[in-house]
Amino acid sequence: MATLAAEKPVATAPAPEAVVVRFAGDSGDGMQLTGGQFTLSTALAGNDLATFPDFPAEIRAPQGTLFGVSAFQINFGSTEIDTAGDAPDVLIAMNPAALKVNLAALKPGGLIIADTGEFSKRNLDKAKYDSNPLEDGSLAKWDVLAFDISALTMESVKPFGLGNKEALRCKNMWTLGLALWMFDRDRQPLIDWLKAKFAKAPTIADANIAALNAGHAYGETAELAGPLKKLHLEAYPQPAGLYRTITGAEAVSLGLVAGAQLANLPMFFGGYPITPASAILHHLARLKEFGVTTFQAEDEIAAICSAIGASYAGQLGVTSSSGPGIALKGEAMGLAIMTELPLVIVNSQRGGPSTGLPTKTEQSDLYQAVYGRNGDAPMPVIAARSPADAFDCAIEACRIAVQYMTPVMLLTDGYIANAAEPWKVPDPASYEPFPVTFLTGKNATDEDGNEKLLPFARDEKGARPWIKPGTPGLMHRIGGIEKNPGTGNIDYSPASHQLMTDARKAKVDGVAQGVPPQDVTLGNTTGKLAVVGWGSTYGPIHQAVRRARAKGLDVSQIHVRHVWPLPANLGDLLKGFDNILVPEMNTGQFKTVLRDQLLVDARPLTKTSGQPFQIAELEEAIAAYFDGVPDNEGGEVDANSQQLPSPETVNP
Amino acid sequence: MNDMTPITTTLKDWETDQEVRWCPGCGDYAILKAVQRTLPQLGADPKNTVFVSGIGCSSRFPYYVESYGFHTIHGRAPAFATGIKLANPELDVWMVTGDGDGLSIGGNHLMHVLRRNVNLQIMLFNNEIYGLTKGQYSPTSREGTLSPSTPLGSVDRPANPCAFALGVGARFVARGFDVSKNLPDVLKAAHAHQGAAFVEIFQNCIVYNKDVFNDFAAPKGGEERQLWLQDGQPLLFANGTKGISLNRDKCCLEVVDVVDGDWEAAGVALHDVKNRALAHMLVEMPFGAFPMALGVIYDDPRPTFESAVIAQNAKASEGKVADLAKLLAKGQTWTVEASDADHI
Ligand SMILES: Cc1ncc(C[n+]2csc(CCOP(=O)(O)OP(=O)(O)O)c2C)c(N)n1
Ligand code: SF4
Ligand SMILES: [Mg+2]
Repeated sequence: MATLAAEKPVATAPAPEAVVVRFAGDSGDGMQLTGGQFTLSTALAGNDLATFPDFPAEIRAPQGTLFGVSAFQINFGSTEIDTAGDAPDVLIAMNPAALKVNLAALKPGGLIIADTGEFSKRNLDKAKYDSNPLEDGSLAKWDVLAFDISALTMESVKPFGLGNKEALRCKNMWTLGLALWMFDRDRQPLIDWLKAKFAKAPTIADANIAALNAGHAYGETAELAGPLKKLHLEAYPQPAGLYRTITGAEAVSLGLVAGAQLANLPMFFGGYPITPASAILHHLARLKEFGVTTFQAEDEIAAICSAIGASYAGQLGVTSSSGPGIALKGEAMGLAIMTELPLVIVNSQRGGPSTGLPTKTEQSDLYQAVYGRNGDAPMPVIAARSPADAFDCAIEACRIAVQYMTPVMLLTDGYIANAAEPWKVPDPASYEPFPVTFLTGKNATDEDGNEKLLPFARDEKGARPWIKPGTPGLMHRIGGIEKNPGTGNIDYSPASHQLMTDARKAKVDGVAQGVPPQDVTLGNTTGKLAVVGWGSTYGPIHQAVRRARAKGLDVSQIHVRHVWPLPANLGDLLKGFDNILVPEMNTGQFKTVLRDQLLVDARPLTKTSGQPFQIAELEEAIAAYFDGVPDNEGGEVDANSQQLPSPETVNP
Repeated sequence: MNDMTPITTTLKDWETDQEVRWCPGCGDYAILKAVQRTLPQLGADPKNTVFVSGIGCSSRFPYYVESYGFHTIHGRAPAFATGIKLANPELDVWMVTGDGDGLSIGGNHLMHVLRRNVNLQIMLFNNEIYGLTKGQYSPTSREGTLSPSTPLGSVDRPANPCAFALGVGARFVARGFDVSKNLPDVLKAAHAHQGAAFVEIFQNCIVYNKDVFNDFAAPKGGEERQLWLQDGQPLLFANGTKGISLNRDKCCLEVVDVVDGDWEAAGVALHDVKNRALAHMLVEMPFGAFPMALGVIYDDPRPTFESAVIAQNAKASEGKVADLAKLLAKGQTWTVEASDADHI
């Protein structure tokens, strides 16, 4: 049954255990790269971290405009970090538009670092500022450190004789240098990285390194006066081992490669470019030596159909897309269900119907995943909770697909796909292999004792045999038309359709028997409130529940990986709680599934702004279940012994 | 590419125990027989042969051939076939599609399978109608076609399947018709071609579009209007009394009379299966004023898609070891020492 997870130290007030920094600039300013390199340096310093890249949908938005702003947020600290942080402590704004778009998020008293060189009349106009905010007193709530980063960068790279434009390109490295100084970081790994990246253009490498060093040196001098302070965060103590940072897209790709190896199969990946799913295609295209064939098809339909074709021919077929593409794949998923061929479908969810919010995050494709096909077309659905978790989930998807001869959908989202977190590199040998065996001879006998082939005979899991074309003596025909339960020949008879519908359902329901029972991530196995989540809400829920528990509130976190079919014990587990709260970045889809499947009174907490939940929002929602807490707002309250039962009585 | 070890089979070996469900008299029967007759002649091996189809009367075809068969979804057979060939290039893949399946819902996929040049045989059964859905007009129906969805006659102009195939870059284009005795030869040529081989097969839907090809396909009288193409041979028809010549000034084809078999004197052109411009002109000849060009119109192979993919994959893997542990630990890593591990 569920286990009582050990309580970990709580990240309360951000500093000094944790700091949130947001780099914001024009999409041409290289903010994602700056953020990525800062992340690496943070990881190397041993801090725990989570990041949130937030970039515009436009590839080359006009310079200086509000919709062209690209931002990268990182939360890091000496304590466990699960989210990219609610509000930044430091905002680095490379131009007026970046300041305008990101200012609202900045914590009161937070630090703004701005490049005055970009605060020209023209750029202020583009950002729709009537007056210069650096000068008109409107930033009084915050500490402001404004200086001409552009000019300082130009100065630092002068010896390299670059053109104006190229010289200014080094601005992001200058800024990074300053950030490295602020957080007491080693510059060497970055210098090594720049040298490797620009190996063919050593001048560019040297210029960037000079800018990096100049930014760093500026920190030393500026410290003498003004709000700039050096801050050293201790390393977060992690279990011993080898670590790296990983994004969800990388983790899915690596997990698929691992899954194919564990199944002892070559992998075929059919994809069609779409944000934020393309990254998986890009990663896999470079892993040919692992027996991976990637195929950029003419559309999402062809992508899934080619993958099903490859599975039919004996490889592990995989396809990946985002909501609009998943919609196109629907009919073919039905065929994979009907012909009972293994297939992994990765949906990196984005926001909204239609094109919606292509670069933002949402969890609104759950209905589509679980219910979104014609006919009774059951299909297992798994959801990754974090970038690192996506690795294990991809392996799990491969396992279910080949063991049950079924398509499986793996859900991630824009946040998981793009965000990075430290990952303890697993030992591939620690995963149990699930090698596939193909049928090589006839598998039944007729009344006269002659051998015969039944392509739709089922094993104890309800799965049919996998028969590769090319196998002597096993020629047979399959298709999407209802079939005879044994031979697979076309058979529309009422009995056959009833039998086959039941068999397909029983097979997928049976997947629940082969998955670990649902555990309780944090808190007790019974109590007043269970916060039940799935997917990328894991981080904020985890922190919010932890903080609430630290205040003595009797709340538990239950995070579900197998969203279809649900783990067999989930119903009993939830019945042990007085209240069930389901936070989701949609209008309440998992809540519906829980109510439908378990007949429990699951309550929704929904958000569809394209941004992940903030911890504070969740704390507030949790606190609302606990009477007797005065000024019950967003978990800002400290409970005392008069207001609440002692933690011991709640959690004996 | 295909496993060409010839196997001895008979027509019977290619028949399944499934009851054929086409309407009696449907042209599909004749095509099925032609295919079942051709396969033994090719030395084809049932275990390595895969028939892939979309949806339509024509696409029921795989159920009736004793080989591996995959009846997929409407219009998408080219994508399945591409996946099959990439996963196992040794398989001999035949694709069956209809004018609706291949040119309406699946036009996009048909374009790409031809353009990519996947090594397979594509048979498009053109009956100029949607048979399975009970007779609506199709993308190849002639203007004015009366059907349940066009009770006043269709007003859109039809697509020309062979012109489409050439236009998107097909390297083999041929034509035949259901009851033609030459159909096996056309199929053999398609099979011999390494790459995507496109064969348009005119097929009589006797229920919804009866005898629309009679002008050239009728057993009696049709031959006059059939131009059977042979590489290197003169473009003659109507028992050698007529021929096709190239008007070099106008850059177009013309019908000329051939007197006493002297086609040279009449200026009749020679067929050249590698001449792409000629192929375009032959498939565009308006029927009526011209005969129907049949047989192998164009055949000029290029390396296949799957061979290029496999070669590239092999090159990219050269000298590399598929070490998963190493792959997982790629990039910048750091080690947390055991002494730090007091945290739970
Ligand atoms: C997605 C989808 N849309 C529509 C149909 C209905 N449908 C089945 S076959 C067909 C047309 C078939 O025409 P054609 O390809 O010419 O085949 P024929 O029956 O004439 O051989 C249609 C529209 C379907 N099966 N699937
Ligand atoms: S409807 Fe037409 S194409 Fe279909 S089986 Fe009948 S005759 Fe053949
Ligand atoms: Mg048709």
